Amino acid sequence: MHTPTYLAAELRLPTNGLDYTILGIYFAVVLGIGFAARRSVKTSLDFFLSGRSLPAWITGLAFISANLAATEILGMAANSAQYGAYTVHWYWIGAIPAMVFLGLVMMPFYYGSKVRSVPEMLLLRFDKWAHLLSSALFAFAAILIAGVNLYALAIVVEALLGWPQWVAIVVAGAFVLAYITLGGLSSAIYNEVLQFFVILAALIPIVVLGLKKVGGWGGLTDKLTHTHGANFTTAWGGTGIGSANPLGANWLTIVLGLGFVLSFGYWTTNFAEVQRALSAKNLSAAQRTPLIAAYPKVFIVFLVMIPGLVAAAVVPGFGTTKSGYQYNDAIPYLMEQLLPNGVLGIAVTGLLAAFMAGMAANVSSFNTVFTNDIWGRYVVRGREDAYYVRFGRLITVIGVCASVGTAFLASSFSNIMSYLQTLFSFFNVPMFVVFIVGMFWKRASAKSGFWGLLAGTVSAMVNYFWIYKHGIIDIPSDQGANFVSAIVGFVAGAVVMVAVSLFTRPKPAEELEGLVYGTRSPGMSEPPAAGDDAWYRRPALLGWGAVVLAAACYIPFSF
Amino acid sequence: MTDQHGYSEHDVQREVSELQQKSATAARIFDLRRIIGALFVVYGVIVTIAGITADQAEIDKAQGVNINLWTGIAMLLLGVFFLVWLKLRPTPPTVPEVTEEDLQDKPPTP
Repeated sequence: MHTPTYLAAELRLPTNGLDYTILGIYFAVVLGIGFAARRSVKTSLDFFLSGRSLPAWITGLAFISANLAATEILGMAANSAQYGAYTVHWYWIGAIPAMVFLGLVMMPFYYGSKVRSVPEMLLLRFDKWAHLLSSALFAFAAILIAGVNLYALAIVVEALLGWPQWVAIVVAGAFVLAYITLGGLSSAIYNEVLQFFVILAALIPIVVLGLKKVGGWGGLTDKLTHTHGANFTTAWGGTGIGSANPLGANWLTIVLGLGFVLSFGYWTTNFAEVQRALSAKNLSAAQRTPLIAAYPKVFIVFLVMIPGLVAAAVVPGFGTTKSGYQYNDAIPYLMEQLLPNGVLGIAVTGLLAAFMAGMAANVSSFNTVFTNDIWGRYVVRGREDAYYVRFGRLITVIGVCASVGTAFLASSFSNIMSYLQTLFSFFNVPMFVVFIVGMFWKRASAKSGFWGLLAGTVSAMVNYFWIYKHGIIDIPSDQGANFVSAIVGFVAGAVVMVAVSLFTRPKPAEELEGLVYGTRSPGMSEPPAAGDDAWYRRPALLGWGAVVLAAACYIPFSF
Repeated sequence: MTDQHGYSEHDVQREVSELQQKSATAARIFDLRRIIGALFVVYGVIVTIAGITADQAEIDKAQGVNINLWTGIAMLLLGVFFLVWLKLRPTPPTVPEVTEEDLQDKPPTP
């Protein structure tokens, strides 16, 4: 996520008709899903939340896929080629605890209160100012991120397949536009589930052949220890406070900045993720959505990290000008070196599918927030339901066109991915602090939400643009700075909320039912559906199982 | 304050519950297992054939592994798994489908 996404021009893949057939079949299926899902759209709830009716395995896999955009795949492989096994932190400490927290603690409030979006939750808990600010920030960020996904796709397609950038942007934009406008969220989610399996089929052969090339895991670690030092293949080596490591972060900023603030902000309050769980058919399925996603998440790190490490081991000076390859080239490089036609087509399809799904997740959450939370609440209120479905389709078209615009805008920056990571710390972290204080402290007043959100956003920006960029405090890397921005935004938001709450009136207790920890809403008391009481479907067991598994995975990387 | 933003949790509960009763997704959405199954069977067959007809250059490129054959078989098995799952546990029947004339502004049929 740290390095620019442009790829070396020598990576043109030897694709042939077989590969293009595989790609063509995928595009046809994507459109077919859109057309077939269209007849299930009758109400606005169908269009924006799949009628709250999907089973847990579908929403769970869509939850992981919405995150598994190609920027994540290429970016995390790049991270591994650059920083080594530190990448595991983004998964085992930077994702699993937050996903489990979302499923076990927060989902009863989200799903039980029947809100349709994350900002709507803030409307109930705080007031319309917090609601409007969070809706606007989210809609803005979603379009920016969708555009970056589109731009990243265009660069990769240009390098790998030789299509001009504008062709790739327009083609991918048109497909995403078509299937979301037709089938709404159901169409987006179904395509995400399909993409999950295609991505696995793309990455597993690369990992297997990559490991064979370097003589297995043992051969890989021997080579990397020789060339990059012993810390390169460990998770915690060199992360003591004050000791230097390439990540520019120590164990404290990793645990607090990445593991707590950044990751909880992303996984628990980013509506592009939470929306998948809100479309589940009942509370049990909604709770299990992030928990089912947590299990693949524990292992996906190997599928992105090993290609990065193999590339670093095979090519001397990989990622530096000496080799002629960027860090982001890790996976495309191995595709070119190892995959024959056929599997190569699957891998190209997987990458394109991942880019489109990453964009679609942002577009489908953007149209929901814009229609329900901004347009339907403050601009045109009280129209019939069909009007909002039509408006949702219209705003999808506008949103995709705006993303095409931000994609061309993104192309004028050389290092957009690093800024994008920074944007996450601006937009997700303040939202998270407002949520967590509002949920656990019933004294937090209606006014405190808006001011906490504003203070958190502004202070994270001040930390990044002024304190870090002007070198007031010396932080060695952008990633390290992102961790610090996140902590600063969190603390500032929390302090301002407490201060404002002390000087303003609390919300009456009866308005907090089902919104504050320890209270219950009517939706929470629904009995589990038949079969949901089976032991393997119990959220607590699934959740703690994922935490234990992630902790166990650390053991071989810690000594 | 309810009067400040004119909206409380009860309004959301009521609004979403009404929409959920009229929702058509549960009744009309197709079963995704059929699509995944069909796509992976097709992909599996294509890639397996590419593996069977692979020449030595392709196998050498892939570190001596006939990767098309193995990936193809694995994808085929995944596709078959989804189709078998669909066969064994078919889509559960849903409540009778509400007809076209039941449009937005009418109250939900009891």
